[in-house]
Amino acid sequence: MYNTLDLSPSRIEEEQLYKEMGLSDSEFALMKNVLGRVPNYTETGLFSVMWSEHCSYKNSKPLLKHFPTKGPHVLQGPGEGAGVVDIGDNQAVVFKMESHNHPSAIEPYQGAATGVGGILRDVFSMGARPIALLNSLRFGELTTERMKYLFKEVVHGIAGYGNCVGVPTVGGEVQFDRCYEGNPLVNAMCVGLIDQQDVQKGIAKGVGNTVMYVGAPTGRDGIHGATFASEELSDASASKRPSVQVGDPFMEKLLIEACLDVIHCDALVGMQDMGAAGLTSSASEMASKAGTGIRMNLDDVPQREENMTAYEMMLSESQERMLLVVEKGREEEIAEIFERYGLHAVSIGEVIEERVLRLEHEGRVVADVPVDALAEEAPVYEQEEVQPAYIEEYRDIKYRPEVEDMGETLMTLLKQPTIASKEWVYEQYDHMVQTNTVVAPGSDAAVVRVKGTRKALAMTTDCNSRYIHLDPHLGGQIAVAEAARNIICSGGRPLALTDCLNFGSPEIPETYWKMKQSVLGMSKACTTLSTPVISGNVSLYNESNGVSIYPTPVVGMVGLIEDLSYITRQSFQERGDLIYVIGEASPEFSGSELQKVLEGDYFGPCPKLDLEVEKRRQEEVLSAIQKGFVRSAHDVAEGGLGVALAESLFEHDLGCDISINGEPLTELFSETQSRYVVSVPGEHQNAFEALVSDAVYLGVVTDHQHYCVTHQGEDVISLFTPDLKKAWKEAIPCQLKSKD
Amino acid sequence: MKFAVIVFPGSNCDQDMFDAIRTHLKEDVEMVSSAATDLSAYDAILLPGGFSHGDYLRSGAMASVAPVVRAIKEEADKGTFILGVCNGFQILLEAGLLPGAMLPNRDLAFICKTDLVCVANNNTTFTNLYEEGATLKLPIAHGEGNYYCDESTYRRLVDHHQILFTYENNPNGSVYDIAGICNERGNVLGMMPHPERAVEALLGSEDGLKLFQSMVANWRGTHVQHT
Repeated sequence: MYNTLDLSPSRIEEEQLYKEMGLSDSEFALMKNVLGRVPNYTETGLFSVMWSEHCSYKNSKPLLKHFPTKGPHVLQGPGEGAGVVDIGDNQAVVFKMESHNHPSAIEPYQGAATGVGGILRDVFSMGARPIALLNSLRFGELTTERMKYLFKEVVHGIAGYGNCVGVPTVGGEVQFDRCYEGNPLVNAMCVGLIDQQDVQKGIAKGVGNTVMYVGAPTGRDGIHGATFASEELSDASASKRPSVQVGDPFMEKLLIEACLDVIHCDALVGMQDMGAAGLTSSASEMASKAGTGIRMNLDDVPQREENMTAYEMMLSESQERMLLVVEKGREEEIAEIFERYGLHAVSIGEVIEERVLRLEHEGRVVADVPVDALAEEAPVYEQEEVQPAYIEEYRDIKYRPEVEDMGETLMTLLKQPTIASKEWVYEQYDHMVQTNTVVAPGSDAAVVRVKGTRKALAMTTDCNSRYIHLDPHLGGQIAVAEAARNIICSGGRPLALTDCLNFGSPEIPETYWKMKQSVLGMSKACTTLSTPVISGNVSLYNESNGVSIYPTPVVGMVGLIEDLSYITRQSFQERGDLIYVIGEASPEFSGSELQKVLEGDYFGPCPKLDLEVEKRRQEEVLSAIQKGFVRSAHDVAEGGLGVALAESLFEHDLGCDISINGEPLTELFSETQSRYVVSVPGEHQNAFEALVSDAVYLGVVTDHQHYCVTHQGEDVISLFTPDLKKAWKEAIPCQLKSKD
Repeated sequence: MKFAVIVFPGSNCDQDMFDAIRTHLKEDVEMVSSAATDLSAYDAILLPGGFSHGDYLRSGAMASVAPVVRAIKEEADKGTFILGVCNGFQILLEAGLLPGAMLPNRDLAFICKTDLVCVANNNTTFTNLYEEGATLKLPIAHGEGNYYCDESTYRRLVDHHQILFTYENNPNGSVYDIAGICNERGNVLGMMPHPERAVEALLGSEDGLKLFQSMVANWRGTHVQHT
């Protein structure tokens, strides 16, 4: 690092030092224009992090405007720490998802841990009690030591942080595909609960009010994290390990309790966490939202290292820090509340009328920049888009797998890490703390009840990026539809969603086209299914040495279960119950797990989706659940009906006798959309069939522990359930232990 | 009967313990800070799970020197019922109120699941409403629950009937499958499984409720007649 005091503005300009901070020539020119002078080193740093993709959405803004963000229940859409949705009784659910991909790729434990810490702060800074965590993970194949290491350490990191803070990790998903080899994805979602009058905003209102800092002291960790997150990964990225922050979940736990206490003090005006771009983003965003400015004296910022420069303090992404604006003269009241939790809140500045961020350090003004320029006026880029050539080619491919033995195929599919049991993962997460978890990880959606009411919340994360790779518009619709289906299966009505849009470089026209198409597809599904987008995050440049990930816009959805009696599980419950599949299969194997097993790649047309059919079936299934006709419900996803049936048997070690009419391969393993497997008690057969129009009777649940499928009187599959379960359950632990 | 739930910085099962006592046991309960120095107002003291002081240094090590621990020792000497669950058990070990120590789990990973736990001694303040040998479904959630003691300590535990709970399928490597032990006097219990997470059928098990009910019944047996 340079001695920044030696770097005059003219040197920054002449030697183009801004480029090292990720700013382009035109962006630097724009900065000069805004300031009416050449920025100094600290100011250049402020702009570079605030104008990074991570903070400014400069490449994604034109796409994000397509998302529907309003709805009758939406109390707060995108723009604050997290979105807020009404769930009745004056309560609301607060949720958001965020990526921590780049840090996790080079320092998996801390990268994942601090991802959890950051998303928690987004939720409790709104004043909400975090009640659940979920995470959506993507890795390369578990065949190399490096990938096993990344997978294990990411899981350890999530566990290490989430378990300590006492928020249950109740759900999520893991997908393994080659495209994530160099660039794994770690997306964390947090769900909070709040009484509506307690909703806080991150605003710096009231000229003269005091700006206070609370939490961990500022160190040199994470400097330029937001900029780093907005670049491609390469072999040189390991040298950016200092850009990865180190988490302290104990400090976070103290902050949660203290902040949820301080919101009841009316001296508090606004509160925001110091996330990406740390002190810079929290201060400039809070001021910009309020139409004010902030003056800060950096000498007063708690520091854990000596001789930190203004640049370092402003760009540090040290974890577990919050910025508060409090009424002038009442600082002591706030400080006392924090003291109860062993935390020190200190005054570091004040709200000013002039809409600038003015920083003083060691007796000098070291930065003086308009807050709106930082927070709102980053340049916006409409990138060039080109449809990749393969998209059209894939639409014309007629792919049909060659399979001889259906039973063997089922066994093979159950062992694929993407399908196999994730018990190895979720047993490391405390998923029960807070004693609200009714449906634990491993089902379609997790269910967390709301204490003191008859309500519960269903929550899930979903994104089958293979479909999006084949056809981003259709695949984007499917991601939303599948998340909603998972909520429906648990007995909930989908309320809204948060998203984490993970893509490659927007500067590559083909990638930008895929981004745009998937966002348009998602928006279409959101509109039809009445699930607005209330918060989200964009992670671009997910490329490693020139290889891009599949477009992976992960959907995190929350639904409301209006009564505890509606809660439904994916497992068959009782011998003798009737098994139905809802929706007919057509031969759609492109993008399927079976195609991956047989061909080692995905090609051909994405499975179709008719959103009207999707919507009707969702309504019918939910209605059948609410009327008590359905004992279990599971959506048909990766691996098709064959896998969905097997998964329904495992929890209670049951069997099934099934007879299929159509062609067995298609019936069992096609990944046709909008389908469910449900079990129905005999006494509700007629009522169920009358209500659910596309239900096809398959057979019965048995207690003889055999998975039996016949076609025209002949056995197609006859396997012992415990053998299937063993293969499914042991696949991931086995792969982690194997040495090749 | 009046319960105290001790809240250390970093405790995270304190609210669950509180809810179990108030909502499901329907007894009087208060949260008490670990800075407290007098616990004489309470009939039972509960040390909840969590990560007191981040479990930095060693699980329970820093909490074991909190001011409240001196008061807990005083109450233990008086015969007050004291229950430490998970991190609470670790604190009781570190404070010397129970013998032995905790090691990291055998597989070096945190484990959270519902496990089968056997009632090894039902003739105690904490367990006498259970059948002897009953198998309970109780959640576990810990990274350092691998209980260790040397052979002579184990002999003493056996001779004084101090082993109250054992695991049916040892999940963490604990010696002799030990899941919970009490002191010789029988008024201080430490256990890794979470009875407070097993007090309602909706969440999968009610098997923990009888532990708290046993405490209440035994306390009433010695106190209620006098009023």
